[in-house]
Amino acid sequence: MVSISEHILLKSDGWRATFTSWLQLSPIISILGFFLVLPIVAIVAVSFWASTEYSYHPAFIFENYGYLLSSKVTYSVYLKTFMFTGITWFFTLIIGFTVAYFLAFHVRTLPMQIALFLVCTIPFWTSNIIRMISWIPFLGRNGIANDTLISLGWIDQPLEWLLFSDFAVILAFVHLFTLFMIVPIFNTMMRIDHSLIEAARDAGASGLQILTNVIIPLSKPGIMIGSIFVVTLVMGDFITVRFMSGGQSASVGRIISNEIGLLQYPAASASAVVLLLTVLIMISVMMRFVDIRKEL
Amino acid sequence: MGIKKHSGGMTAYERQRRNLLKGATAVTAASTVFGVPIIWAQNIKDVTLRQFGTGVSNLNDVAAKVKEDLGFTLEMTALDSDAVAQRAATQPKSFDIADIEYWICKKVWPAGNLQPMDTSKIDNYDKIVGIFRNGKLTPESEIAQGTAPHTVGFVDGPDGKAFVNEESGWMTLIPTIYNADTLGIRPDLIEEEINSWAQLLDPKYKGKASILDISSIGIMDAAMVCEALGEISYGDKGNMTREEIDKTMAIMTEAKQNGQFRAFWKTFDESVNLMASGEVVIQSMWSPAITAVRAKGIPCVYQPLQEGYRSWGGGIGLSKNLSGIELDAAYEYINWYLSGWVGGYLMRQGYYSAVPETSKNFMSADEWGYWFEGKESEGDIVNPQGVKMEGPGAVRDGGSFYDRMGQVACWNSVMDENQHMVRKWNEFIAS
Repeated sequence: MVSISEHILLKSDGWRATFTSWLQLSPIISILGFFLVLPIVAIVAVSFWASTEYSYHPAFIFENYGYLLSSKVTYSVYLKTFMFTGITWFFTLIIGFTVAYFLAFHVRTLPMQIALFLVCTIPFWTSNIIRMISWIPFLGRNGIANDTLISLGWIDQPLEWLLFSDFAVILAFVHLFTLFMIVPIFNTMMRIDHSLIEAARDAGASGLQILTNVIIPLSKPGIMIGSIFVVTLVMGDFITVRFMSGGQSASVGRIISNEIGLLQYPAASASAVVLLLTVLIMISVMMRFVDIRKEL
Repeated sequence: MGIKKHSGGMTAYERQRRNLLKGATAVTAASTVFGVPIIWAQNIKDVTLRQFGTGVSNLNDVAAKVKEDLGFTLEMTALDSDAVAQRAATQPKSFDIADIEYWICKKVWPAGNLQPMDTSKIDNYDKIVGIFRNGKLTPESEIAQGTAPHTVGFVDGPDGKAFVNEESGWMTLIPTIYNADTLGIRPDLIEEEINSWAQLLDPKYKGKASILDISSIGIMDAAMVCEALGEISYGDKGNMTREEIDKTMAIMTEAKQNGQFRAFWKTFDESVNLMASGEVVIQSMWSPAITAVRAKGIPCVYQPLQEGYRSWGGGIGLSKNLSGIELDAAYEYINWYLSGWVGGYLMRQGYYSAVPETSKNFMSADEWGYWFEGKESEGDIVNPQGVKMEGPGAVRDGGSFYDRMGQVACWNSVMDENQHMVRKWNEFIAS
């Protein structure tokens, strides 16, 4: 392979060189083509199909989008999903940034940093469903949290809103997704040259000033990558919302999963396309704040 | 497992089958009994039938017993109701036998992925309970609202797509199990007597009630409640008008916004956990979920209600792709299914079998008395896994088979306004 391409380059035949580059690109192009582009094209195509209760067939109709965009359920569900996303993003960012900061700047030795970082990943050794469900007995009416609070005498009646509520959903999201914030932020923080911090200190900057003027700006790419992870994960989630709200809250993902369950593939595809566009818009707005390519 | 108690109860049919598998000599003798070409005495061991269905009847014990009794392999896949409908409608090559509910049948039969069965090849066809043949449990019974099984039980011929009302000889599904559903309650956490569906929305149980979030079934429970409240009187709860659907969902939405419901459940396990943990004290529930709660030592009652039961039935259907030896094996399986062992197994879980009289041979007199006749138990009642369910002196909630199945108000169904109903249901969940 190498000798062939050298041979081609030696001949410096323009067409052949182009062909070779394409050939070298072909693995990634075919992987992306098959596993990314093709499914999306299929979803977009099916979103215009017509369906009955038990079957669907090729057509070119706008009814799926028409219903989706005119239904008040869509708007209330998007509102709810944005709310989950916003609050989850806020808390994962605060917690993730703090943990990463601690790991990068307060833990002195590299082996210790690696060890503590691995500790952060321990919860990921079990499935996220199990991590999520384990909250249910903890938060329940007769669960550990309520029993403890009652025995401490802080409350008389069990707190009903601990479980099967928006609170429970957000708690589970923050628990599940904080690591996705920690990893990229920690990664960018580790690349910050410590002499920059020393220089700032020598120049008389306070700790807070170092944080806001040096560390946060330099951690921006990590923050942005983590934010993209969290936003896309929460926007697309259907299972956490279902379990933690006791089935009482809806998210966009749940609506899609319901439609698939009811064999309404075209409607589900239309919902998926709208969700995809929404998430893409959100990400492109986020990218406006940081040029990730430059920063990396 | 179940058979050890009934060594004397093995039917002639069963003995035939066992001999059949033992040697070629029996094959010739048996061929006249079954009326199907017996070319498979050895080959049949290589057959693998792939069955899928909801967890209720897709049991590994059944697959193991099939291997033992019939010699071929049955692969079981358990899915939730939505996924079952989806697979039956869209993935005909992924299964040989579909274990689906009658209302799902109404929805997926027109997709053409199933083939009807020739009832002349079904040994115990005449003994199948009337509900599945002419709709009547007893000659005096009135047929309940909804998708009554016999209305989608027969088609007009071997390639039939249209359902017919009479026993045409071509059956869509061979009924396997069915039951009458009602509300489950925690008697230790509820003081008053529960006797009406309306009590699900009683403000006393605010934050402690639940309903299932499978729209086609949940809407029925909701309708039973609204009718019991006296708010709506339905033409047919199994086939509501748009107005009836809107009114029903308005009442449920108001209750939801007032915090009546603790949660909605979608799977069997969720309903068990909600009840066992005390998060919920009154909810729609399925029979084995009640026994699962009780098996944890927590009191739970499947409360009979004055308005009657919401009933459902399941059956097995054959994939269009089955032919030759696989099709013969499938008929063998169906005949075996109705011959009693499975029936006994399922009845010990609180379901009913399509041919109760064959199941009786595989149950002790005490078990039969408790589960079917509604009599007081004399000894311990154990489930198929051998776990004790009840001690002596227990009586089944709701009483005998005829008391329970005779009180069916409505069958699970698919409505003409299904799409509207689903949209309204989604609004309810999102509200």
